[in-house]
Amino acid sequence: MKRLVALVLTMLIFIPGALFSAPVVKDKSSIGFATRQMGVPVAGSFKRFDADVRFDPKDAGKGSASITIYMDEVDAGSDDGTVEIKRKPWFDVKGHPKAWFLSTSLKELGPGRYEVAGKMTIKGRTRDVIAPVTVKKEGGLWLFEGAFAINRLDFSIGEGPWADTGTVDDKVEVRFRLLLTATGKK
Amino acid sequence: MGNDRWTWTAIFLHWVVATLIVANFALGEYMGDLAVSPMKLRLYSYHKWLGVTVFALTIIRLAWRAFHAPPPFPAGMPSWERFAAKAAHALLYALIFIIPLAGWLGSSAHGFQTIYLGVIPIPDLLAKNNELSELLEEVHEQLNHALLLLVIAHAGAAMKHHFIDKDDILRRMIGLKGRK
Repeated sequence: MKRLVALVLTMLIFIPGALFSAPVVKDKSSIGFATRQMGVPVAGSFKRFDADVRFDPKDAGKGSASITIYMDEVDAGSDDGTVEIKRKPWFDVKGHPKAWFLSTSLKELGPGRYEVAGKMTIKGRTRDVIAPVTVKKEGGLWLFEGAFAINRLDFSIGEGPWADTGTVDDKVEVRFRLLLTATGKK
Repeated sequence: MGNDRWTWTAIFLHWVVATLIVANFALGEYMGDLAVSPMKLRLYSYHKWLGVTVFALTIIRLAWRAFHAPPPFPAGMPSWERFAAKAAHALLYALIFIIPLAGWLGSSAHGFQTIYLGVIPIPDLLAKNNELSELLEEVHEQLNHALLLLVIAHAGAAMKHHFIDKDDILRRMIGLKGRK
């Protein structure tokens, strides 16, 4: 984990100036998740996160993303759910206050379409994830949007009786929408 | 007399709905205070599914009744009793109709769609709204308490007709022929 962080930091420092690095426009960016509970769709979101995205459409392969999510500011879609999801069997926000996504590669699939691969760490468990991303200009800013699915049990989210996937689905869709402040050098 | 009891359809639906209501009332009372657990989530879903079932069967009952005249009141039944019976039945139907609606709307306002049997989605009429969901859930609960009183009166009246007046009111809802 530490080596990975060091690697990413090194990348951030030595990445050439053609790329830009920018924090996200917070009120226009979101990271949400959706699952099913007894067949009923339930959606939640993370209210606080930091994101550092480097992207150059001319050299997409050098792009990277580093996202830190503050787990205590989660909204599980209902008051009861929000209290419950912070507890130990779920996110255990006291023991694991942050979650991370650190990209390892960005591939161009077609015009405005990319695939990002990276390491997702939640509750201290790290798994590989791959997500399709669309990138477009919106009001002079870059908008990154995408979604990918994870299995909550891979991250021990929902332990003990909650490991029962008949009540809460194992599959969780994570949706992200990141609007970047800087437009970068052309 | 072919008309001295309710139709078998009416009898069957009456007792099925009665059983479901008693079961779902008990379930509703039990599940509310449980700590959050997978079991609680399951029970809430079962409660909603039973409620939807009661609602659907009630519509069928009302439709059936619209086309099948109920058996007449016993000849000697005083007019105040006839009026009370009609009023109580109208109120029972009204509550059995409104209570599931309040539950469904409350669930919608709480942010949880109702998906019948986990398969058939019932649209949300209301968006998520905490205050509204609390109000609707309170209405749902209070109407249930009113229903409980009304059901006790309804069953008590049936007993009174059967054991004191010794008429056929209860017999004809069990499918028995008249005594005379």
